[in-house]
Amino acid sequence: MIANPIAETKIEAAELPQPSRAWRRFWRHPMGGIGVAGLIFVILFSFLGPIIYHVSPDATNLLELMHAPSLAFPLGTDQLGRNYLARVMVGGQLSLIVGFASAFGTMIIGVAYGLISGYLGGMVDAVMMRIVDILLTIPSLFLLLLLDAMFQPSALVLTLIIVFTSWFPASRLVRSEVLSLKQRDYVEAARAFGASGWHIMVRELLPNVMGTVMVATTFQVAASIITIATLSFLGLGLPPPTPNWGALLSSSMSYMYQGAWWLIYPPGIALLVTMLSFNFISEAMKSAVDVRL
Amino acid sequence: MVRFIIRRLLEAIPSFLGICIFTFLLLHLVPGGPAEVAIGPHYSPARVAAVNRALGLNKPLDVQFGIWFWSLLHGNLGTSYSSNQPVLKMIGQALPHTLELVVVAIVVSHLLAIVIGTVQGYYANTWFDHAVTAVSFFFWSMPLFWLAILVVLIFSIDLGWFPSGGITNVTAIHSGFGSYVAHTVLPAGTLVLATVAGWMRYMRSSMVDALVQDYVRTARSKGLSELRVVFKHALRNSLLPLITLLGLSIPSLFGGALVIEEIFNYPGMGLLFWTSAFNRDYPVLLGITVIVGVLTIVGNLLADILYGLVDPRIQYR
Repeated sequence: MIANPIAETKIEAAELPQPSRAWRRFWRHPMGGIGVAGLIFVILFSFLGPIIYHVSPDATNLLELMHAPSLAFPLGTDQLGRNYLARVMVGGQLSLIVGFASAFGTMIIGVAYGLISGYLGGMVDAVMMRIVDILLTIPSLFLLLLLDAMFQPSALVLTLIIVFTSWFPASRLVRSEVLSLKQRDYVEAARAFGASGWHIMVRELLPNVMGTVMVATTFQVAASIITIATLSFLGLGLPPPTPNWGALLSSSMSYMYQGAWWLIYPPGIALLVTMLSFNFISEAMKSAVDVRL
Repeated sequence: MVRFIIRRLLEAIPSFLGICIFTFLLLHLVPGGPAEVAIGPHYSPARVAAVNRALGLNKPLDVQFGIWFWSLLHGNLGTSYSSNQPVLKMIGQALPHTLELVVVAIVVSHLLAIVIGTVQGYYANTWFDHAVTAVSFFFWSMPLFWLAILVVLIFSIDLGWFPSGGITNVTAIHSGFGSYVAHTVLPAGTLVLATVAGWMRYMRSSMVDALVQDYVRTARSKGLSELRVVFKHALRNSLLPLITLLGLSIPSLFGGALVIEEIFNYPGMGLLFWTSAFNRDYPVLLGITVIVGVLTIVGNLLADILYGLVDPRIQYR
């Protein structure tokens, strides 16, 4: 009667919760494997790399300033004679940790908020979503800069700031899923059995929004990593001396006119590979669990 | 139509109030107030108290908000702590530059996205589609600030086609309109490159959806030319998600403009916000956040009106 292919595929996916099938579909998607391989590479490069290539990223050497890549320095040296390969490797660590941590924090708050708002409905829902609407009108980068300027961020503070400024879209997404899910028979049945609101939210609704949530989480990890890099690039991110990709790019900008290309490309390529991996993974996941974002 | 606009404007009032209260509280609940910044190195508790009195920061929070909001309604956003100029004047000078970047990005990106996305959707799953998808993934994943650096590196330093920063030629006494345009090409172009990829993907998928709909089959069976079917019947309907996306992406466009203005030293609102964040110049930060919020609300309203113009099923009452 109502020709809506999206809604119909969703019903099918909800009634046949077969994680193994989604799993297989994920791997069959050409982007799935490439994305996972890229991500593993980036993680090994940042965490295992410094253990194998055992060179201090912070040791300065005033005799070896601004060298182009050579056998002794695979990615050259920077303006203080520090080994750039070591710096780029270590530079990924905090970005990845803070990126994952803040993405999970964001999803926990966003999912909880969306579940409660969508499940309770009515006036509560209207007020809760109005608040989200208002917060969404302020560009998150402006909010981030504001908060960053007010608190001198450590890794933990930065994580909290990112969580605080990025949970709104996730809450909206979950809420709209819940609105349609709570009309389903199994929710009605649970209620008829006298299930509490808590039980319905956590046991009936939450498992069914997990597909969407997982795709949104991969997006969010990528977004958080970009946010950290952008803030560091703008000079308001994590404090020195621990390098990170954004800060490395920011300082390399001063040497752009001297043709120091080896300072500009590696951190950027590292970021690009990370982003591409996450975007590939989320694309494959999207088609595997049949959600549209 | 007029009634619809009036109703939407009335609905926007609580949002506007919400933005004002939220930003104000955020800035004023935090320790290390602006007095320390205003005083600078000669810091002592007595002087902090004096400055707080002079700036009205010793009053209760709700009174402070009342005073600030009342003058906001009278078009007065206060005075900058660091430059002692009226905030409204500073924003007035910076805003046109930012709007220029954002509007150019919206218009050019949409034109590109619509044309390329339509062709891509029409030839879905051919080598052309896959090639364009690969390129768009690349630009979509590219960090904006790195993209901007590469643009400067290639088009300004290596090729020397365009200047890399500012908006006027410092050495020339009268740098005319041509120079102004030349200074805008790279920042605006970078913002276009960064935004077009996502919109193109959206356009492609909504075109793919539209092409299998019944009205397209009807149009084809009437014997209309393919060009007419695609660009008149399918395109008009597949524009709708793009318009929704436009409304949603206005805040992130301002965010993108901030990054670009910083790299290109482009004297817009983003650059002003960035320097004010370093100086903790509260009135300027507050003023810009409110103005950007208002612009987002207006942008969403425009998107809604556009929606009605494109979709014949919607009538405003």
